[in-house]
Amino acid sequence: MADQVLTIPDSLNVSSRQITDETFLERLHDWVVTVDHKKLGILYVLYSVFFLFVAGAEALCIRIQLLRAHNHFLSAAVFNRFFTMHGTTMVFLVGMPILFGFANYLIPLMIGARDMAFPRLNAFSFWLTAFGGLLLYFSFIGGFGLYGVGSAPDVGWFAYAPLTARAFSPGHSTDYWALALIVSGFGTLGTAINIIATVLSMRCRGMTLWRMPLFAWLMFVVSGLTLITITPLTAAQIMLLIDRYLGGHFFDTQAGGSAVVWMHFFWIFGHPEVYVLVMPAFAIANEIIPVFSRKAIFGYPAMVAASAAIAFVSLGVWAHHMFTVGMTSVSNAFFTLSTMLVGVPTGIKIFNWLATMWGGRIRFATPMLFCTGFLFQFLLAGLTGIMLSVSPLDWQLHNSYFVIAHFHYVLVGAIVFNIFAAIYYWYPKATGRMLGETLGKWHFWLFLIGFHITFDTMHFLGFMGMPRSIYTFEPDRGWDRLNMIVSIGGFIQGIAVLIFAVNLVWSYYRGQPAGDDPWDAWTLEWTTSSPPPEYNFATEPVVRSRRPLWDLKHPEDPDWRYEQ
Amino acid sequence: MSTISLAPLTPDQPLDLPSRGRVGMLSLIIGESAIFTIFVVAYVFYIGKSLYGPTPAQVLEVPIFNTVCLLSSSFFIWLAEGSIEKNRMRRFLLWWSTTICLGIVFLVGTAREWLKLIYHDGLTIRTNLFGTTFYSLVGLHATHVVVGLLMLLLVLVFTLTGHVKESHTERIQVLALYWHFVDAVWVVVFTVVYIIGR
Amino acid sequence: MRPSSPINIFAPASTPASEIYHLALFVFVITGAMFVVVAGLLCFAVFRFRARKVYEACEPPQIYGSNQIELAWTVIPVLTVVVLFLATARVIFAIQDAPKPPAALDVTVIGHQFWWEYRYPSLGIITANELHVPLSHPNRPTSTYLKLTSADVDHSFWVPQLAGKTDLIPNRVNEMWIDPQRPGLYLGQCAQFCGIEHAKMLLRVYVDTPEQFEAWVKDQHRPGNQDPSVAAGRRVFETQACMNCHTVIGTAATGRFGPDLTHFMSRSTLAAGAAVNNAPNIREWLKSPDHFKQGSLMPAMQLSDQQLDELVAYLSTLH
Repeated sequence: MADQVLTIPDSLNVSSRQITDETFLERLHDWVVTVDHKKLGILYVLYSVFFLFVAGAEALCIRIQLLRAHNHFLSAAVFNRFFTMHGTTMVFLVGMPILFGFANYLIPLMIGARDMAFPRLNAFSFWLTAFGGLLLYFSFIGGFGLYGVGSAPDVGWFAYAPLTARAFSPGHSTDYWALALIVSGFGTLGTAINIIATVLSMRCRGMTLWRMPLFAWLMFVVSGLTLITITPLTAAQIMLLIDRYLGGHFFDTQAGGSAVVWMHFFWIFGHPEVYVLVMPAFAIANEIIPVFSRKAIFGYPAMVAASAAIAFVSLGVWAHHMFTVGMTSVSNAFFTLSTMLVGVPTGIKIFNWLATMWGGRIRFATPMLFCTGFLFQFLLAGLTGIMLSVSPLDWQLHNSYFVIAHFHYVLVGAIVFNIFAAIYYWYPKATGRMLGETLGKWHFWLFLIGFHITFDTMHFLGFMGMPRSIYTFEPDRGWDRLNMIVSIGGFIQGIAVLIFAVNLVWSYYRGQPAGDDPWDAWTLEWTTSSPPPEYNFATEPVVRSRRPLWDLKHPEDPDWRYEQ
Repeated sequence: MSTISLAPLTPDQPLDLPSRGRVGMLSLIIGESAIFTIFVVAYVFYIGKSLYGPTPAQVLEVPIFNTVCLLSSSFFIWLAEGSIEKNRMRRFLLWWSTTICLGIVFLVGTAREWLKLIYHDGLTIRTNLFGTTFYSLVGLHATHVVVGLLMLLLVLVFTLTGHVKESHTERIQVLALYWHFVDAVWVVVFTVVYIIGR
Repeated sequence: MRPSSPINIFAPASTPASEIYHLALFVFVITGAMFVVVAGLLCFAVFRFRARKVYEACEPPQIYGSNQIELAWTVIPVLTVVVLFLATARVIFAIQDAPKPPAALDVTVIGHQFWWEYRYPSLGIITANELHVPLSHPNRPTSTYLKLTSADVDHSFWVPQLAGKTDLIPNRVNEMWIDPQRPGLYLGQCAQFCGIEHAKMLLRVYVDTPEQFEAWVKDQHRPGNQDPSVAAGRRVFETQACMNCHTVIGTAATGRFGPDLTHFMSRSTLAAGAAVNNAPNIREWLKSPDHFKQGSLMPAMQLSDQQLDELVAYLSTLH
């Protein structure tokens, strides 16, 4: 069948900076009132990168305090606020926004749409999330905390009851935590609804769900999961505020309430939440690994099925965070089994990525370097997760530095690595310029080395009995040397991230011009100019396979002949 | 360069995509259902666990009339959806107003029940576990009724000013979906609070 | 007394810890094998299939999937999960549902912010922060069964060499058991964030030989010291609101908010391990608790120097 080829008149190759007479205030106004998914996506990413630095600084302060036993860099009160804020910030103000930011930017471009389904809801959701974050950080200076170091939350990022009751947390630290997250939670909900509606209702012609890029598929699954994941947390936080302000007894053990009920509600949110965080990382790998291996993703249907399976099973594993609260042996066994089972579809994904690379011609540009790191690290993280799923072993390792090492292996080793990969990969599309390769390689190698120095070592601190959430430790424990090593690795990572920041800024002004398709990729976003025009596509694209650009570039061997 | 392959349409290509309004509202409903589920679970878990204070059997009266009003309002809003589809705007106005009135009657009934519970029986949100979980769950539902009524009232105003037309059928149906959800939640709340819990 | 060895989950001295240790070895072998295989394949792929020139002209063969391979790599992990689960389930039931031996010692542990209360109901002993348990011989097991609850927020009892941790939750009673088979001092600490001084809620478990344990019990049963030479200090104790929080059997002090001080000097540390229990430290603690444990719930009592000296003298007699 002869394919028609149409030249799109929008391709004036508008450079990344409009040559207009806009004043600074006009441009600022444009960004504040925008409903364009691309601008909102960039706002999300910039917002998250800012808080990445803030929470990273909090982490470095924590690591300085823990350099040696009985250190006096941070007092107990300040340390407790810092680790609470570090965790809360990284999950809610870095992880969630940046991943939804990528979704916002890329999904309409990938499915051939002009914008998200609800552009104004999109803007509203972003500003809600942003305001929630500001409210959380206002706590450092607002309110009237008892200890004079501000009212920043200091109850741990999971805010167990009854520590959060009025009796044990007077002052406003818990209130800031609950309110800020309720507000930003509504923002997240809005974005999730938007993504689902966009994916289901706005695909271009020819793009059946089975031809959608895997990135869009995974963000769709993640958004569905988000709908029933964030909402339990919102409900629990409302209950907490009812307890604190209206005299309720949901978690009031003196009146017969149960502390364990808070744990159940929190972890019914908390566990699927980590899949909400990690599946976008998978989504990114699904786009980058094939392009840099020069091969189609191996087993597209299995990847979709595995993602749906992970989302579904992840709803039934939450009590593996509660193995030590005194559940029955049968309950412990059940959650051990369900947690191990969720490892199966997750492992399958790793095999599929491996098979994609197998027989390819792998180009190790910076995005692929980060994705390769992701593969090794996620493998290890999954295996330490299996270790923790063995509930008797968890009775030893729960709340120890082994758990911190495990989840940082996922959050940093898998998710942050893939976020970096995604930024290196799509920054050219968004700005029209490539990020510097040399700086990129420095960033990668330093970050990799720092990451492993810190988090490999940390597993051993867990074996040696060091619990988490402690502002200092005793000199007779023998934890000094390993803690020093962990801290040094943290600083190396900090330097790497500074290099990244320099790269981001420098490349915006001096980076190599990218063109439409610098990576020789295959999905629809690479058919637009870099950056894309505001309307994305002048006419609606029509696709016949999962890789429309592959078909275009290889008319003798198009995908649609082989796809199931 | 921007060139896109325009393949001629083959039978498997034209897509019949769902309306985004409907998908959006259904997604919202799923999320809200999760919130309600957590409050229902808390209610059920704490049945019989209050250490002191009034118990459901002592103070709760089954709100049959209220329930009939709220559930029948779903029927009337369904009639309204049918009317606007057929461009019978006067009928639409009638059924829509009936729905709103029934919703208001439900809220007034709930308010009267709460006044009795607070002033006559001494049950407040801080009295005991029953009080906390009861007012939270029923209150959460009532809040959703209020929000729904505000939306319905807005549409009523726009109808009276002549701005609502047959072309808005789809949007009316999406809003009605929310109202049906609110009613469905009441079925669950009613069963859990007034039947199982008493 | 020096600790028996550095804290280490791989140096078990009690059956629960030992069961966990052996299960851990099994799990490590299996996960280690999985790591070696998959990481090995990844390393191989990274080296073998890297592009020799940056942009090669032709693309490699496009493989979209393979049902047989994908089935194989689904079935093998599922089988691995089954094996791991069965091994795990056996240990769960062995530890949690172990039948309680008739000669077991019962101890109730009540968690407080930021100290541990221990009650031995069958022996009529109430003490704090330092737990004494009898040695258990494999032929004559003398397990100690702990009932755990909390007076305020969540805590967690973790002495890695003796057992996995179990949480202390208000309005709930949890159970765990240990049967330590080597005498000595075992260290641990609270493992559930419980507030500002969570880090200083330390655990010291003394596993005593039968003779040592009997001696300790006798010691705890002796009535509170009524030494007349420290009557001044005792008066300070009874009039300065100390008795609102503390108990000393034989005096009017019956407070339950803070640790029982009847045999205060039988403990080698004070404030749940925050400091060594000697006269200078006691004095500093009374003068300014924040010095050792900022944010602890013991208030600075604003005592004069003379009152402090008398009080320290009195407390030092509470063996």
